[in-house]
Amino acid sequence: MVAGADTTSIGARHGRARPRLGRSEQVSGWLFVMPALVLLGIFMIYPILWSLWMSFQVGRGMNLSFGGLTNIIRLTQDPVFIRALTNTLTFLAIQVPVMLVLALLFANALNNSRLWGRAVFRTAIFLPCVTSLVAYSVVFRSMFSQDGIINQMLMALNIIGSPIPWLADPFWAKVVIIIAITWRWTGYNMIFYLAAMQNIDRSIYEAARIDGVPAWARFWYITVAMLKPVILFTTVISTIGTLQLFDEPNLIPPIPGAPSDATLTLSVYIYNLSFKFMPSFGYAATVSYVIVILVGLLSLLQFLAARDRRA
Amino acid sequence: MSNPLALLGRGATYLLLCLATFVSVFPFFWMAIGATNTSPDILKGKVTPGGALWTNMVNFFTSVDMPRILFNSFFIAGVGTALTLLVSSLAGYGFEIFRSRLRERVFAGLLLMLSIPFAALMVPLFIMMANLKMINTYQAIILPTIASIFIIFYFRQATKAFPHELRDAARIDGLKEWQIFFNVYMPVMRSTYAAATIIVFMTIWNNYLWPLIVLQTNDMKTLTLVVASLTSAYTPDWGVVMVGAIFATLPTLVIFFLLQRRFVEGMLGAVK
Repeated sequence: MVAGADTTSIGARHGRARPRLGRSEQVSGWLFVMPALVLLGIFMIYPILWSLWMSFQVGRGMNLSFGGLTNIIRLTQDPVFIRALTNTLTFLAIQVPVMLVLALLFANALNNSRLWGRAVFRTAIFLPCVTSLVAYSVVFRSMFSQDGIINQMLMALNIIGSPIPWLADPFWAKVVIIIAITWRWTGYNMIFYLAAMQNIDRSIYEAARIDGVPAWARFWYITVAMLKPVILFTTVISTIGTLQLFDEPNLIPPIPGAPSDATLTLSVYIYNLSFKFMPSFGYAATVSYVIVILVGLLSLLQFLAARDRRA
Repeated sequence: MSNPLALLGRGATYLLLCLATFVSVFPFFWMAIGATNTSPDILKGKVTPGGALWTNMVNFFTSVDMPRILFNSFFIAGVGTALTLLVSSLAGYGFEIFRSRLRERVFAGLLLMLSIPFAALMVPLFIMMANLKMINTYQAIILPTIASIFIIFYFRQATKAFPHELRDAARIDGLKEWQIFFNVYMPVMRSTYAAATIIVFMTIWNNYLWPLIVLQTNDMKTLTLVVASLTSAYTPDWGVVMVGAIFATLPTLVIFFLLQRRFVEGMLGAVK
């Protein structure tokens, strides 16, 4: 084992002097991590490589044969795929910023220790995170029916004159999905921001206040600036989550992806290609690699953007 | 600072928070009211309690083999959680306590794998389970979830707070590495385990896509799948759906109110 030689320097880098690992400790180290690594190898690394291989295969059901770039050419000519991709990116581009800004605003309001009813507000806004995606999706579908409670409330408040065909109209169906996901995840992100805000030294705010820095500037130049790593983290996990959106578009519209594929996402399309009708696993794998590439690319972009701003 | 302006600002804050609270809580209220109403009343947006609760409950419990469904859900979530905690905490402990250059590299690799989307795994996983003749079994649901990178990371972070002296003392007492883990580490870290239990249990309990693919007969379905399938009828009985949604939400809701602090800790988990 060559690896043992360097443990002292690694220990020192982490600020904790450690005796170098002996042979038996090296063995113990691997024994402790081995069950997890074996399982990850079988259920993650092997499938992700297999799916890469499969994305070059064509055929129906289990009869697959090598097809070269056939699937990639099919992608560019498949209107359903293009629609699923556009929908997914639309959800991403609108929902993630709206949700994160809301979460930041709520967290900032709740970070005030003199705020009355703080714990109640915090618990209430966090509450949606407790529901299962399936349960809240079906509840939302019932709320957004043609004569449903949402239309009635909006009409009672004179915000709309006639009922909105929420789940029957391609535009409004997308809006419902965005509202639903925002409802479910805003509190989740807010908790991350609140925890990070509580670590900011109060004296920085005091000093800024004494220097006459207005509230909005304190929010922008202190809070947001100090929260940058957390904001980056939440942006990345929300992006990954939204790119994989499945439960909501599968359950909120009366038919998955309805009306006329307006809420069809990449994950729903992959599911349909694989498990509805005659499966085409190869092409489904190709579509799934579009998500892999998007996730990788967007995470990288977000990290680069964050690094640039810091420099 | 001008007082009226500050007052206005505070008023706007409260208004915003009250609105957010209403929006956040309303669907829960709606779900509870819905369980007491008939299907047509729910679709018409009736917000007052009705008299159909009993009928809805009876219809829900007779539409499926409820004891069996609940057993499936609790069994999968229970066994899945126990195995996930064991395997992932072993790994988190191993990565933190026995640091070596190679294992640090492996760990960095795990973090990269955190962004592998499940959509890219489900087709090969399904074929793998079919080849292993494990379709429609508990194993098929549980096995792929046991090694959770997120939980490994969570335990590694938490292990940084595990007192070094305890481990040294245990070694002087002649305990073996695995004994230190089970007899010293696990009891000392019980609050970490509690927070992780909540988060893992909830994730498995709420899982929809993978069970939807793998569990195919009615006697194997989980509560989540049953609730979802209730809405796929041409005209779903919404009263029954609401009863189902309540049952699907109840366990996590109860855990949340009993262990609120741990719950939030678990959510924040690895980021601290």
